[in-house]
Amino acid sequence: MNHRGLLKPFNNLWLLVSLWIGTWQARADRIGEMVDISLKDQFIRFASMEDPALRFALAGGVILGILCGMMGTFLVIRKLSLVGDTISHAVLPGVAAGFLWNMEKDPLAILIGATLAGLMGMVLVSQLTRHTRLKEDTALGMILAGFFGVGICLMGMIQRLPTGNKSGMDKFLFGQAAALGWEEIQIMALVGLIALSMIYLFYKELLVSSFDASFARSIRIPVDWIHHGFMLLLAFAIVISLEAVGVVLVSAMLIIPAATAFLLSDRMHWMLLWACMVGVMAGVGGVFFSFLGQKLPTGPFMVLSAAVLFALALFFAPRHGMLARWWLRRSRTLRIQRENALKAVFHIMEKETFTKEGVAVIALARSKGQTLKITERTCRELERAGLATLSHEEKALYLTPDGMRRAQTIVRNHRLWERYLTDAANYAPDHVHDDAEEIEHILGEDTVRMLERQFNFVERDPDGKPIPTIQHIASSDQTQASKSQGISGYRNSS
Amino acid sequence: MNTLILPWDWHRVVIEPWSSGASIYGWILLMGFLINLTCGLIGNYFILRRMALIGDAISHSVLPGMAIAFLVAGAWHLPIATEGTPSPVPEGFSHGMAMVIGAGIAGIVTGLIIEWIHQKSRIKQDAAIGITFSTLFALGVVIISLYADKVHLDADCVLHGEIAFIPLEPFLTIGTHPIAPAPVVQMGVVAILTALGISLFYKELLVSSFDPGLAHATGIRADWIHYGLMIWLSVVVVSAFESVGAILVIAMLILPGASASLLSQRLHIMLAWSSLHALLSSLIGLHLAIWWDTSIAGSMVVAGSGLFFLCWLISPSQGPLWRRLRRKSSTDTKAAATQHLSKTYS
Repeated sequence: MNHRGLLKPFNNLWLLVSLWIGTWQARADRIGEMVDISLKDQFIRFASMEDPALRFALAGGVILGILCGMMGTFLVIRKLSLVGDTISHAVLPGVAAGFLWNMEKDPLAILIGATLAGLMGMVLVSQLTRHTRLKEDTALGMILAGFFGVGICLMGMIQRLPTGNKSGMDKFLFGQAAALGWEEIQIMALVGLIALSMIYLFYKELLVSSFDASFARSIRIPVDWIHHGFMLLLAFAIVISLEAVGVVLVSAMLIIPAATAFLLSDRMHWMLLWACMVGVMAGVGGVFFSFLGQKLPTGPFMVLSAAVLFALALFFAPRHGMLARWWLRRSRTLRIQRENALKAVFHIMEKETFTKEGVAVIALARSKGQTLKITERTCRELERAGLATLSHEEKALYLTPDGMRRAQTIVRNHRLWERYLTDAANYAPDHVHDDAEEIEHILGEDTVRMLERQFNFVERDPDGKPIPTIQHIASSDQTQASKSQGISGYRNSS
Repeated sequence: MNTLILPWDWHRVVIEPWSSGASIYGWILLMGFLINLTCGLIGNYFILRRMALIGDAISHSVLPGMAIAFLVAGAWHLPIATEGTPSPVPEGFSHGMAMVIGAGIAGIVTGLIIEWIHQKSRIKQDAAIGITFSTLFALGVVIISLYADKVHLDADCVLHGEIAFIPLEPFLTIGTHPIAPAPVVQMGVVAILTALGISLFYKELLVSSFDPGLAHATGIRADWIHYGLMIWLSVVVVSAFESVGAILVIAMLILPGASASLLSQRLHIMLAWSSLHALLSSLIGLHLAIWWDTSIAGSMVVAGSGLFFLCWLISPSQGPLWRRLRRKSSTDTKAAATQHLSKTYS
């Protein structure tokens, strides 16, 4: 086993520890059953994987993570997240019925009974939403709790029965991965393999019918059959996860890894991979933490591990995380502020028919209707961005060639767009300014050139002001021609 | 199988509870009815506002609120932690207050987290609901199992409750005269407040549930009502928690309102129907539980589901029976009309 390889440098220590652990071994045939043992020793026991119960629990956690991650991804992108919740609660009467079949905790009978109960719940939900005016959320909640009530009644009756080995029935409520045996692991692995191969075989069909059902129908994919088959697999997956996670928290293992993956990637196969990885990490984490303590349920710890991973992704995901979004929004507002300032400078210079080299900061403040303080801050920002330079006492602002080029670009975008709105979209000339004010920051070079061609290289905007042409921009760009940014910088910052 | 469903015994199932066991079963029935009634009334609004699954979420997430309330109260030496010491208010009362406050906070935190995840990221609302409540519930279970000696909540009880223990709870007394078990009193107060709140804010609730735009235009703070409903639901759930648990309470929240919506389209009639549903389901459920000798709260949910399907069957607007009748009568008139036409034109 590879953990031994890991521990090679500490061979002597290892020997000592294992000898020492050996004295505990007799009592520790169930994970987390030791009463007084330090966290460090528990950790070493965990890493050594000596306990067979721990090995089963870990195997269960890994299979569960992969399976739930896979199925959950399809649930989340189909906006069916809470269907998993409903199925997982609705299987309870099936679990009880499976037990009643031969009065024993026979995994196979329970699997079949529970799957049937879960499917029955889903059929009832679809019947209710189709034939009554009840909304889907009401139907889901009702079936969830109603079936659960039936299950609780049946469980109560079973508890009363004199015969049968009913120990471990209560494990279905919160899950105890330590209770997993070889038989359960075999069934889990089998169902997991079936689910994996089904998803592999019908990947394209599942993908198309999940994202665009009407297109799938038009290319003759049997969408309904795919849906039913998927629900069957889902019910199987939920039922085999029950013993490790418990009825209440299975849905979390379906939703949370998939939602995490949804934040991390935009491509379906990457999402599936991420979801499986998060699921496996959560499963192993749950087994680990419940192993550290004493007789702690596994399910809640798996869910909490998954939730921590989700929170990390929520904040730090590269594209869809909150930090990335915040940064993107901030840099965009800053750029727009800069560009607006440049435009104002350009307007002032244009009014003076480009006779003066620079612009007085006070004039800029007046034209923007801002206080001097704010304008000075903006000017310093322009200077820092290399778009302008301030005079010695911060009284006047001079655009650098780069700044001049950017200012002309923005003005060009603005005026061309006004031209487009009046000429092609038939707007009144006094209605076009606000619209152009917004779009000038995001028009790309190719769009602008297309507009220019379309209007035959028009030279004036609807107000009669000249539109800077590409030659203007090129001539003002003397030094930094190599610095070829997308014309408004849009592509670089998005 | 014979022992699974005990034979029907008229005397044991129907007579005995109301003769020798009246003092026990009376309280149980009253508690069950109060829970069903309160949940049913407030549930109507949750169904109308398509918040049924937010109700699901809140019923789960009050658990950590209660557990943390226990821990905090224990750390501050509030009366609930020191059992046995005499306190000015009965123990059950302050106990209830701490849990109500904890649950109220948990309810609003749930609502806010769901909104936050949903609005600030690309996660859809249903996934946000699922993530939030299951994480909070897991947190609650972990706190309970880590601090089992300080938190007097039973993890199994969380799921299905134990309404049968209600008559054994300490009685609230005025002077020396015992009135009722503390949880029943608490639930009764919550029920009265719920009814009062609904009658006071009937118009506001109605408008904001059916037409948020109009509510906004007439100056009704729809968001206050939204979060107010959430807080109030957590108070209801926490009062019912130890009796029926986190999941069965969802059934009691949705079933009466859903049944009522099949029978009527008018809100005040729906409220009346859901009250009747609450009464019948708790009464029938109690007797079912005695017959089968099983969980009382579970049986009440079974009875409630049975009543729901009955309502569906006889629903005048959506039920299969009336639809068939209508179809038959419409085909009859159609046949008569075609006959008439063919006769006149031939």
